[in-house]
Parts: sequence; structure tokens; C-alpha cells
Amino acid sequence: MIAASSHLGKPTSRVDGRSKVTGSAKYAGEYNVPGLAHGFVVSSAVAKGRIKRIDTADALAVNGVLDVLTHQHRPELASEDEKYKDEVAPPGSPFRPLYDDRIHFSGQPVALVVADELETARFAASLLRIEYDRDEHMTDFEAQRSSLEPQLERATWAPEEVPRSRQRGNPAQAFERAAVQIKAEYRSPIEHHNPMEPYATTALWDGDGRITVYDKTQGPQNSRNYVAGVTKMSHDDVRVLSPFVGGAFGSGLRPQYQLPLAVLAARALKRSVRVTLTRQQMFTLGYRSAVAHELALGAARDGGLASLRHDVVAMTSQFEDFQRDIVHWSSLLYRCANSELGQRLVKLDQNTPCDMRGPGGTEGMYAIECAMDELAYAGNVDPLELRLINYSDQDQLEDKRYSSKELRECYRRAAEKFGWSNRKAQPRSMRDGNELVGWGMATGIWEAMQMKASARAVLTANGSVEIASATADMGPGTYTMMTQLAAEMLGLPLENVTAKLGDSALPHAPVEGGSFTTSSVGCAIHAACRAVQKELLAFAQKMPSSPLRGVKLDDVVFVEGKIRHRQGDRREVSIADAMRAGGADRLEKQADAEANENSKLAHYAHSAVFAEVKVDEQLGVIRVTRVVSAVAAGRILNPKLAGSQILGAVVGGIGMALQEETVTDHRFGRFMNHNLAEYHVPVNADVHAIDVIFVEERDDEINPLGVKGVGEIGIVGTAAAVANAVYHATGKRVRDLPITLDKLMRD
Amino acid sequence: MNNFGYVRAHDVADAVRHIAADPAAQFIAGGTNLIDLMKENVARPSRLIDITHLPLDKVESTPDGGLRIGALVPNSDLAYHPQIASRYPMLGSAILAGASAQLRNMASTGGNLLQRTRCLYFYDTTTPCNKREPGSGCSAIGGINRMHAILGTSEHCIATHPSDMCVALAALEARVLATGQRGERSIAFTDFHRLPGDTPQLDSNLRADEIITAIELPPKGFAANYTYLKIRDRLSYAFALVSVAAGLEMEGGAIRDARLALGGVAHKPWRERAAEAQLKGAPATREHFARAADAVLRDARGFGHNDFKIELARRAIVRALEQAARGTPQSQADKRIA
Repeated sequence: MIAASSHLGKPTSRVDGRSKVTGSAKYAGEYNVPGLAHGFVVSSAVAKGRIKRIDTADALAVNGVLDVLTHQHRPELASEDEKYKDEVAPPGSPFRPLYDDRIHFSGQPVALVVADELETARFAASLLRIEYDRDEHMTDFEAQRSSLEPQLERATWAPEEVPRSRQRGNPAQAFERAAVQIKAEYRSPIEHHNPMEPYATTALWDGDGRITVYDKTQGPQNSRNYVAGVTKMSHDDVRVLSPFVGGAFGSGLRPQYQLPLAVLAARALKRSVRVTLTRQQMFTLGYRSAVAHELALGAARDGGLASLRHDVVAMTSQFEDFQRDIVHWSSLLYRCANSELGQRLVKLDQNTPCDMRGPGGTEGMYAIECAMDELAYAGNVDPLELRLINYSDQDQLEDKRYSSKELRECYRRAAEKFGWSNRKAQPRSMRDGNELVGWGMATGIWEAMQMKASARAVLTANGSVEIASATADMGPGTYTMMTQLAAEMLGLPLENVTAKLGDSALPHAPVEGGSFTTSSVGCAIHAACRAVQKELLAFAQKMPSSPLRGVKLDDVVFVEGKIRHRQGDRREVSIADAMRAGGADRLEKQADAEANENSKLAHYAHSAVFAEVKVDEQLGVIRVTRVVSAVAAGRILNPKLAGSQILGAVVGGIGMALQEETVTDHRFGRFMNHNLAEYHVPVNADVHAIDVIFVEERDDEINPLGVKGVGEIGIVGTAAAVANAVYHATGKRVRDLPITLDKLMRD
Repeated sequence: MNNFGYVRAHDVADAVRHIAADPAAQFIAGGTNLIDLMKENVARPSRLIDITHLPLDKVESTPDGGLRIGALVPNSDLAYHPQIASRYPMLGSAILAGASAQLRNMASTGGNLLQRTRCLYFYDTTTPCNKREPGSGCSAIGGINRMHAILGTSEHCIATHPSDMCVALAALEARVLATGQRGERSIAFTDFHRLPGDTPQLDSNLRADEIITAIELPPKGFAANYTYLKIRDRLSYAFALVSVAAGLEMEGGAIRDARLALGGVAHKPWRERAAEAQLKGAPATREHFARAADAVLRDARGFGHNDFKIELARRAIVRALEQAARGTPQSQADKRIA
């Protein structure tokens, strides 16, 4: 662990902030090169079937149209599934754009019209005449789900039917004997990420058989490997750049179809091509799966959990089995001797779902934290008290010790800030004029993962350093984190550090996601800078009568451009002198940091979320007037940027609770509210006071930096806190998200 | 998007000449709705007639003491115009309840009247829609219809008119001035928009060769007792589930004159004279407001997802009339419902 210091823990503004607000930061769809052609995607009007015929004559006749790519007319594509499987692909057979005549989901790309102007391509796209052989599709999650037997009613589960089920103790019996019981079903709908920046790829034709691609992605190397795989190019001939990403929330983890389409068109035309998706087309990418939850909780009179059962059904496509842990969180979090968890999938004629902020945990914790709230009312225990009664210092699933867990302190500090002790227990007991006031709370949890990553540090004699890793910065502030870390490790001012990312040619990094970038890339930077430090010290010790002779690396600190003995007795050598002594103009070190998946300890970030809502009693209009989120996520390297992560995620949680839902018309097998006017996310008016509290954890066992990551934890639990507040306000338990006013009006 | 021509109209007569010559042409002013529709291939004008340079951007007093609003006055300018703020605050409030600041800066008064429905099927050319493609069927009936109409629907269409501004204009008894080849005419606001009937492709009674030049407001503005109450799925930047424009003239505790119009419930701003008649002379009590609401909703009919709108409209009417009677209009800045 590095000692606290000049750069870490400081509320540094993002180093790329100026370039973003002045517009000089360029995004994938903003690279203009001479001769750039524009591709416009034509999307399937049907949900399932085959393309019988695509008549491209009218489109090709339009002046300025260069080509129309279809499954019958395109450069060669790989034929093996393996080539289409990206770094985070789920099991199955990935979707292949323009591969054959089969339609797997509504809105699937079926052609790409390429023209010398975007408007020409878009116009010509409207002239394609496509005939389909339609097959009967099934997109109705509820209909498919209800054809499965209710799990909780069955005495035993056949293991082969429930591959992810886990059981401990005898939950059924414990439930029957429990003094307090609740059983409830919850629903969360399909949601789309809707980042601000549309998906875009600009493929630059270099003319020498190589291709340089600007792509909106959370993983430039993932995109590079995918392009090379599906086009049968050598990895060395493909370079993917993604220096700036205008939000992604998980939708950019997997390569999206505009990427291969732009590359195919560039190869077909031997010309640079850009493909940007429309907002409507972005609703044909991955999404958060709808989830149906069955929960049964049994507790003793004192609130101690006796039985916890959580069974869910989620959805996936016909061609891939996407799933994330939805049910395991509850059984991990709370002390309970008897628990049973089950998770199943139904296959539908949709695209494959994908990770969306806090995937699995967000959905799972919504349901379990609402169920805990119901249990609190049923047992006449304060909801916060119920969490404390069942608090666990041990990971209940793996029976591991936590490397750190300051959740208790999160509860305490958030409750104090919120004023929870002034809450009246009875629903509908607090009021402000026409509005009913409700206070609710929930717990959040997210795994603190670390993936293998690599970083390179290059120090030059003038004391500037370049730190590089092929990660992305989709908005959290990765550039800033890299800059702060390198500056800290080498004792240099922030201005002396240049961070490079978003380039597949840089040292290996995983996709940016899962809240693991700071731990993974940060620890690689730590290792690379450590190697630089070691070499610098060796250089310094080469100096004649070096003041640092015989000193070990752990005995020195790097501050103010100097290598200084920890004892502060003026034994120091400047970096410049050390470099001179070593006869080096530049010092380059690359290092890896390993994944933490085999850790003997449990590593999790936690949060306590408290929400206040005001609900107009007659009209059902809900306002979230206050949220307090206290987060324990290890060491916070930058409270300003980490705080922004929590703020944004809380807003996402409010959206999940009250607004977000992608609606499908099952007659057409099609998402219908595919634009930002009809797919609601919160606007400024929906967001009031949000207080973020970081409960810092000193965790020397998790990784050298003591960090856990903060990308997801802010959303996990927030929807439940809001939903519980709505119940407390109104006495009405709405168990299907989003909680819209019509649901409050239901009898 | 289709290939289209472009021409700039120099004066109103020029605009009329251009539109009369080409029935597939369309006027463009702010473009806040038309451009979206063009991108999605819903609107495919042969030609855009740019009217933004016509001299229709004035707000002027009329001889009878009313106000004439030029068709090109931007929504935001109108909302904050001193005459509107002091004499017709219901109209200003309704405008500010709609869209976003950016859209209101671009959108014109005339264009606001002609904006098209937000029905999901109207916007998606892969689905049947009688409004977009007459005779193809109405997908909203039996489909996703949470936002749809509960009054004045037909078996051919259950779309709603999305405007907020128009709801206040209906309540205020505005008139629409239009000029065509046969000259200028004045249309009562409630006669301007149509019910879907068996011609849902027609939103209004504006003739193919006509251009809206102005809106005229009568002298009476209900500035003392009014409200515009909009109920929606998020607190701003969302179309109305139900909105209510109410204007009352109070005499002691009794209502001397009343205006009541609803948005989000029909193919046009829904003004209900029967309810207004019931309110006139009645005491301003919740009981009488509820009776007025019953009169508005007597023939209301839901289509599944939007069934709740009937009860929501009932409650919203009562609340709006309470706000108007108390003289505490709904603030469009503070989203808390008074």
C-alpha cells in the first residue's frame, strides 16, 4: 500500500475535462479524413425469418451511392463461432452481421448503404426493397416465463434444470417454521443503456492492407481482436483507437455491429468509411434483461433470518446464453443458515442482453432489498435494524473473510446524515401538504474484481512521464486516475504526466467495466512505476558518494522530483541527477498485475442508500427529494471523480425505480419506445439533493493500492431504496418496475 | 430521409403560391418535429418551403383589446412576453410545461399547432398506422397505448395531439388566422384540429394551400384565476399523460365564467363546454369540480394500458380547478404540484 500523499485522495478535476467541454476531444464518429464515405445501416423490419430478396437497384441508382453491402454481397467473413467470440462473449454462437439470410431479432442489420454523403446513404437506404419469409417469433418474456413451473412451490429442484442453484441448510422447512414470513414476486423490465454518444466507427483505409479504426468501445483490444478474427486479418494489421467514449454503461463491452460493417465497407471499397448508428438503432444492441423474481423470506420474531429463497428467471437470445449473478448477492450478504437460490433463462427472439451498470447485482439487490423491507414491516422491525440484526462479517456463500467491510459504518453515517431516527414507522404517517412523504433504505453490494492488466511507464530525463495501457475511459476519469497514480509513484507534478489509453497497440488491458479498471490498470501502473523507481534508485546509487548508497527501495520516497530517504534526513537525489548517473535519456518499464479471482478472501464494495420521496396523494406524482448514499469501496483515489460516479449511478437508480422501461409490442416482436422522448431517463427536474459519503476502508489485503472500484456500487440498491420509500409514503407496494403513477392508482 | 427540394418564401403570398403548386411540399419553420419525422421516413416532403424569413414574428395588440401572435414567434419568446405573462399567464405556463428550453427556442407558434402525434406506431414505419398510411390499420388499438386517447377516438385511430400550448389556446378561445389562395380566414381554435374519425391522416382543418399567419387571443385572459396542470411520467421533458388548462372568473366564492380544456386525452385539445356550463354560477367547491370532471369524462373510454387516464383526468381536473379557484396556479419551475 502506498502511503498517503500529494496526489492520491485529492479531489483532482479530470485531466481531460477541458478538452471535453471545449469540444476538442474527438469521438469515434468525428474523425474526418479526405474521401471518407458514409455507411447507413438498414435494419430488419421483422423479428424472425429469412431474407428472401433484397432489391438494391433503386438505391444503387442514386447519384453518390458507392455500394450496398448485404449478406450476398460483401467481403469474406470468418465462418467459425470462435472468431466472433469477443473477450466477454457469453456461451453460444454470436450474432454475425450480414453473414447470412437469417433474421434473429427485429432491427438486426440486413444491409449497409455506403455513399459519399451521409444524407445520400440515408436516402438510398429508404429505397431498399426487402422481402422476408417470416417465421413466428416469440418475444414475450412473461408468457415464456409463466410456462415454467414456479420454483418455490416445488419440494426439490432437479439440478440439471437449475444449473446455478445453490442451497444451504433446509430452507423450505425453516420457512414453514419461521415466525415471520413473506413471499413476493418482483419484476424489473428490459432497459437500454442510452449513452449520450451514439455507436460509431470510422475505419481508415491506409492503403497498405492495414486498417486503423476509431471505434466507440469499452475495450480497444477487444474490438481489435474481433475485427481481426471476423475479417481474417492479422492482429498486427488492425489498430483500434478509442481515446474518448461518450458514456457506455456496459453497452460498449462487446463490439457492436457498426464496427465490422464499417471495416467490411472500407475493405470492399478500399476507402475510409464511417458508420454511425441512429438512436433508434441503438435499441437493437444489447440491453438489461427483464427479470422475474420469486422471493420467500422467513425470520424469527427478533428479525433474525431463518430462510432465504430467491429464484429468478431472466431472458436471453436464441443464440447465446447471457446471464449474470442475480440471486447470489442476498445469500452472500446476510447471515442466514438456510438458503436456496435459483436462476434460469428463457430464450427469446431478441438480441442477446448485455451488461448494464451493476449487471445482475442491480436487479438482484432491487428484489432482495424490497423483500427485506417487506419483512421489516411484517416483523415490526425497523428496516435498518433488520439489516444490522442480520449483518454478516463473513461471506456467506464462499465462507470467506472479507478483506474489508465497513458496511456497518455506511449504515451509521448515512442514517445519521439522512435523519433516519426521525422516521415514523407507519406507512402513510408522514405528510407535507398534498404530498405523502416516504423514507426508505437499502443495501448495495458489488464485487471488487481485478483482472490481469499491463501498463508501461516511460520516464524521460527532463522528468516527464508517459503512462500507457490499452484501457478505455468511458467517462469515469481513467485518464485522471492514471495520471494521479503515476505522479504519485514518481513524485512528479500532474502536469508532467501524460496518460495514454484507448489504443489497441498499447500494453494489454481488459475491457473497461465491472468496476475493475482502477484495480486492474491501477495495479499495473503501480507495478510499472515500481520498476521505474527501482531502476532510478539503482542509478542514484551509481553516483559517486551517493547519499542513497545501500538504501533499499522501501526506505525511500519519491517526492518533488526527488528520491528521498524516508527518514527525512536530507539524503536525497533528484530524478534528473539519477538519470544522468544512469546515463539514460529515457527509462521504460512495462509490468503486469494479476487477476484476483483466486483470492482466499472475499472482496466487495458496499453501500447504504437512503431515499426520501414525496408522492402527491391524489395524482400519484413521485418526486425523489433526497438520497444519501454512503459507500465503502476501499481507498478512494479521487473523491471528486469517485463522487461523480456515485452521483451518476444514483440518478440511474432513480431512473430504474421510476422511469426506465423498454416496451415491446409482441405482435411485431419489436421494441417500440426506441427514442429518448419515449424511453425516459431522469432529467434535471427529477433529481434533487444527492449526498455521497465515502467511508474509507484501509484494505492492505486486496491489492497494493487498496482500491475496490466505484463504477457500479452507486446504482446497486438505489432502486430498492426509492421503491421502499414509495411504500412508506403510500402504503402501496408496487413490485414491478418502473413505479409509474398509474401503478399507484391501481386497486 | 428522402431527397427533397428547398425554396425560401419571400412573403406570405409567395409561400401560398409554393405550397399550392406542390401538394407534397411542406413548410418548415423551427423544424423541431418535421426534421425528426423526415429522418425516420415518416414525413417525405418533396420540397421544404422555408418560411422563417416571413414577417410573422410580432406580438401585437388588436383593436378589440386582444392580442395577435405572429405564427413565427418562437415558443420561448411567447412564453416570456410581458403581455402574455400579465394578461394570458395560462398560455405562458402551458408553453413552459412543454418540451425543453432548447426546443422552445426553435419551435414556432404556428408549428406548435401542427406538430404530429407521439404515437409509437406513427413513428415506426415497420408497423401499420392509419395516420401515416391510411387503411393500414391502427396498431395502438390492441398494442402499446399507455399514452393514447380516451376521448373522441375512432376505430381507426386513438392518437393524441401532443401540444401543451394548444390546450391553453383552446381554453382561451383563440382563433387561428390562415391565408390561402382564396384569401385569409379566421378559424375558431376548437375547430382547427380534428377528431380522427375515418380520416386520421388529417390532424387539422387547415387546407392544403393555407399557411397559418397568426393566432388571435380575445381580450379575456383569466389572468387572476387560472392554471395549467400537466401530469407526466417524469417531471420535465415528457409529453402529458393528462394536462388541464383551467380559467375561472370568480365572484366571491362563486364561479362567474369558466374555461376547461384537456391535453393528452384526445386527437385534439379537448375543450368541454358542458363542463364549463355546469361550473358557471356554481360555488367553487370540490364537489362541483368533481361534477365538472364527470361531465368531461362521461364518454371516456380506455384501451387497456391507458385505462388509468380516465381516473387520472378526473383527479387532475379537480386539482386544476382548485388551483385556479385559489389563485395558486401550478408553477412550471417547481415541479411540486400545488
